[in-house]
Amino acid sequence: MLSYFARRLAGTIPVLVAVSIFVFGFVHALPGDPARLVAGPEATPADIAAIRVEMGLDGPLWSQYLIWANNAVHFRLGRSIATRQAVEEVIGERFMPTLWLTLVSMGWSMVAGVAIGVISGVKRGRWQDQAGMVMAISGVSFPGFWLGLLLISLFSVHLGWLPTGGDVGWRSYIMPSFALGLGVAAVMARFTRSAFIEVSSADYVRTARMKGVPERSVVWRHTLRNALIPVITLTGLQFGFLLGGSIVIETVFTWPGLGRLLVDSVAYRDYPVIQAEIMLFSAEFVFINLFVDLLYAVVNPEIRLT
Amino acid sequence: MSAALADAAIRSPLAEFWRRFRRKWLALGAGLVLLALIAAAIAAPLVAPFDPATPDYNAVLQAPTLLHLCGTDAYGRDVFSRIVWGGRVSLSIGFLSVALGGTIGVLIGLIAGFVGGRIDGMLMRMMDVLLAFPGIVPAIAVVAVLGPGIDNVIYAIAIFSVPVFARLVRGITLAIKQAVYVQAARSIGVRPMMLMLRHILPGTLPSVIVYASLRLSTSLLTAASLSFIGLGARPPSAEWGAMLADGRAYLGVADHITLFPGVAIFVTVLAFNLLGDGLRDALDQKL
Repeated sequence: MLSYFARRLAGTIPVLVAVSIFVFGFVHALPGDPARLVAGPEATPADIAAIRVEMGLDGPLWSQYLIWANNAVHFRLGRSIATRQAVEEVIGERFMPTLWLTLVSMGWSMVAGVAIGVISGVKRGRWQDQAGMVMAISGVSFPGFWLGLLLISLFSVHLGWLPTGGDVGWRSYIMPSFALGLGVAAVMARFTRSAFIEVSSADYVRTARMKGVPERSVVWRHTLRNALIPVITLTGLQFGFLLGGSIVIETVFTWPGLGRLLVDSVAYRDYPVIQAEIMLFSAEFVFINLFVDLLYAVVNPEIRLT
Repeated sequence: MSAALADAAIRSPLAEFWRRFRRKWLALGAGLVLLALIAAAIAAPLVAPFDPATPDYNAVLQAPTLLHLCGTDAYGRDVFSRIVWGGRVSLSIGFLSVALGGTIGVLIGLIAGFVGGRIDGMLMRMMDVLLAFPGIVPAIAVVAVLGPGIDNVIYAIAIFSVPVFARLVRGITLAIKQAVYVQAARSIGVRPMMLMLRHILPGTLPSVIVYASLRLSTSLLTAASLSFIGLGARPPSAEWGAMLADGRAYLGVADHITLFPGVAIFVTVLAFNLLGDGLRDALDQKL
């Protein structure tokens, strides 16, 4: 078990290194002098010279990368062009609102998705199943940001029940987390249903039913518990979807998080912030997938044998 | 039983596909909706009653009427006409990005699966790296480097469609490589290039078509999202996501500006998803 964990952990390192090379290359792929880009439009020649030394731009490209990577590992991410603040501070301020929004969205959408999937699986072919699956395929196709706009129009502008945006207490989570989580809930529902149906035809479920185990116990103990194993793997991917989706949803709800920061930074060409954010989003995604894989190994011993 | 077998044996694959697909009325309907949308986009000058870019300051923010089916926006432009013209932009981004990313991905998958060994390992690690960027983030990165605009959105979405197709095709290639007919072709001296393109590639196509349809829905959503946050098609371009961004300022005042372009995105994406599901059932139950 431990050796499996160690191998999986080691496997993420080359991926992270490759991602960091991509993110590093990003500023160098832009036309113009990287020091000038990082310094921003209002920098003095002295600033630019200082940054040139700091980034090691007089050295070869590989040594520039090593300097940059070393700084990044120690959370020295440079200064924001827009605010002159240290990038790690800018990101630190925005981290928690996005984390909470993502967690709330993940939480409700997993519970709702699995519940709808199980109901559809149990009532296969009946109206509950059909209603569930119509909701699911519509949910997958619904543009989250459009849903956000419709919700704002209805609940904030017309009814005045909820705040239009910003992070001002628990009520401001309702609409963004619903708009963000809908797609995930829909995917979860579809996937849970098919996993549930597949497990229902397994021999051990048939045997349980045959020996007279009550139906409730067949569903909860024998089918659902096994059907949830593949669902676990899906959560990692869906988290990536939420991270990406949060960028657009935060723009709709003027949420003070990382997503809106990224959009603003791209508009402002604030390259140090863009670099750091892309690295952060990818690292988060890689580690969440690692965590999900390990969790999968814990609940499903089969995987460790291979 | 034997009659049924004989019956199935004489049908061409295409006829067999059609026999199964035509019973999927939902997917069939979705296909027809898509054909109508594509036709409307191509024939936009004939279908759209107004010019999509000409302002009319006497008809600003009008609610839907018989003249303006979806109302007018803040410049008095006809929302319906803009949706029809915007279909050209949105659908082209979808089709071009999936065609580009799909072609490259299929080739990489074919080569990786067929050649195997180190080349396979190397190509697949590259695909893993592309998959390490979550959701819309990589597209934003590419647009941040190349600058906003429709072309760059197509490239951005295409690049990150590559690994999806590469992984799919590699898996199928590994399976088909062992099939008797491929082994037979190899044994009579068919060249590797010919084996890949004539004998293996066609076998991967059913799954590729299913993925392409589902991927089109993702690409359309991504493109609309990028335009919405101001990194894709820029206003005054009539792109569906950009139209939603325009309508945002008039929420509660003129909801129709936000409502109808969103309906267009939703219907198109839903249709591609339903079509993809139906194709999957009709072409390949294994996926």
